[in-house]
Amino acid sequence: MAEPITTAPIRSEDVRKRRHWFVDLFTRLWKEKPLATFGGIIVLIMFLTGIFANLLAPYGFNEIILSDRLDAPSGVHWLGADNLGRDLLSRVIFGARISMIVGVAGAGLSVMVNMLIGIPSGFFGGKFDIIMQRFVDAFLCFPPLILYLTIMAILGTGILPVILVLGVSMGIGQSRIVRAAVIGIKENVYVEAARAIGVPTGRTLIKHILPNIMAPILVVFTVGMGRMILAEASLSFLGFGIAPPTPSWGGMLSGTGRTYMLQAPWMVLWPGLALSLVVYGINMLGDGVRDLLDPRLRGGLGRYGAVKRKKPAEVTS
Amino acid sequence: MRAYLIRRLLLIIPTLLIVTVIVFLSVRFVPGSILDLMVAQMGELSGITDLDIDYLRHILGMDVPMHLQYVRWLGVWPQAIDHATAGGQISGIIQGDFGVSLWNSESVLQQLMQRLPVSLELGAMSLIIAWLIALPIGVFSAIRQDTWGDYAGRTFAIVAISVPAFWLGTMVIVYPSILWGWTPPVVYIPLADNVGENLLQFLLPAAIMGMVISGTTMRMTRTMMLEVLRQDYIRTAWSKGLRERTIIIRHAMKNALIPVITIVGGMIPLLIGGTVIIEQIFTLPGVGRLLFNALTRRDYPVISGINVIIALVVLIMNVVVDLAYGWLDPRIQYR
Repeated sequence: MAEPITTAPIRSEDVRKRRHWFVDLFTRLWKEKPLATFGGIIVLIMFLTGIFANLLAPYGFNEIILSDRLDAPSGVHWLGADNLGRDLLSRVIFGARISMIVGVAGAGLSVMVNMLIGIPSGFFGGKFDIIMQRFVDAFLCFPPLILYLTIMAILGTGILPVILVLGVSMGIGQSRIVRAAVIGIKENVYVEAARAIGVPTGRTLIKHILPNIMAPILVVFTVGMGRMILAEASLSFLGFGIAPPTPSWGGMLSGTGRTYMLQAPWMVLWPGLALSLVVYGINMLGDGVRDLLDPRLRGGLGRYGAVKRKKPAEVTS
Repeated sequence: MRAYLIRRLLLIIPTLLIVTVIVFLSVRFVPGSILDLMVAQMGELSGITDLDIDYLRHILGMDVPMHLQYVRWLGVWPQAIDHATAGGQISGIIQGDFGVSLWNSESVLQQLMQRLPVSLELGAMSLIIAWLIALPIGVFSAIRQDTWGDYAGRTFAIVAISVPAFWLGTMVIVYPSILWGWTPPVVYIPLADNVGENLLQFLLPAAIMGMVISGTTMRMTRTMMLEVLRQDYIRTAWSKGLRERTIIIRHAMKNALIPVITIVGGMIPLLIGGTVIIEQIFTLPGVGRLLFNALTRRDYPVISGINVIIALVVLIMNVVVDLAYGWLDPRIQYR
């Protein structure tokens, strides 16, 4: 070859600029997706509220003050009080903790189930994949809410059953996403090279496949968190999720909330508002993360006008 | 085409078989303690206090090994001789016998058929409302991309996805009642009795469900429109000097809306799930409410029957939607 190999000299600032992809993601989110950043801030506030609920809540979530029954929002009870005189602000704050636990643990579990099914199914393919996918097909036949309701009716209410049921069902339902990503990656030369030099399959999966599916997994996790919180609220609303007196946002809208909703509308207003706001924040964040990380999963909020706005500086990056 | 259809329909069979196993295992795997609960609940509700657990297990057909229970329920093995409805016969879900309710001994299939029109009407109206909201906003969002109108449309879409239907439904019941003393009707008016009143009664629940599912449709519409608007034939239409309205409606929308309409298939499970909540809030006697009541009373034959039928409906709808896709878009070939 007569042509000389032209590589730009590596300058020290270039090396320093190569940050971890996770940090890079946040920087890009901040710079390019203001709405997603806004969503992220909502999620962050909710997390902090959940973690520091004990310190933030003016009353205990189950502190009954009978003299304050059905009090309207006032200086004493900012968001009003319920039929037992429990402070609604405190209950909404503690509700954030429940939603946070369900969202994070449930989405985490679903990602794990997703990987447990998706990675082998995608990597090994063949008969194993065909059989696995028939089970996934069968699972996808059930409308999610009906599936959750049916299993919850059998398992009984509680925060642990909710996390288990939602996490496992959602993981099975979404396993196609990881499977598709693995199928795309396993054709790459570096996977082939690993096989050629005799790297054991398990090691290939962990060292070569896993790091490369982190992007779709992060998307599944973020979007899953919103779905998880919404599903928990729906289940608790129908009486099959987290039972009172634990303050779940969905549960606060059912039972006594419904009985007294015409006398004390604040009992059903605030929990639902908090729920909507948090899910909205997660969805905005999830959309932004998806747009930045996974072009194939890009939803309706992608930047289709990117071509005309592209500056030379951006092209090289 | 015919070969494709036959293959698709045949592929339903193994999937449906797995569905029955899942439903059977999850629903019939009733732990003993829940049988106790049933005895207590039944005693409370019907006044029968000395109900025998062994007898209950027997009438539920649960006194035989699991696999025998399954094949009997499926309808490939004769029922027990003294079984109330089909003693000694081969009668199960394959024959269309979904058993009887534990509470009122009514046929599960019959109850389901009674309730189905309500849920279908609610679902159809929700879908129409969702389209009425989503299509214009989605198209507008795409043709005015990156303007304030587009941002507003997209924000609305995410809000619609995020706001839970049960909260919206509750708010719609609470605030008009407090402000104007108006409450939605709680007694169901059948379509046959009074068409106008019936439609009016369904309008509000359908609007709420429609709004919730419109978010996804809107985003899909926008994406597809944007994709189509960048295609060569649209540029040709522009260069011919056609009016914008003609280009959008006659040329772009025709192609962009095909996938939008066919995602109805994916909407069906969402709609069915949504009916459970909406029917509960607005006290409409549909399938969702039937299922909800069955779940609270642990009426296992009803729960498993509804689950199997819903799964079948979803499977068939998927095939129908795939076929409709080919019919609407002649470029798609089935092999």
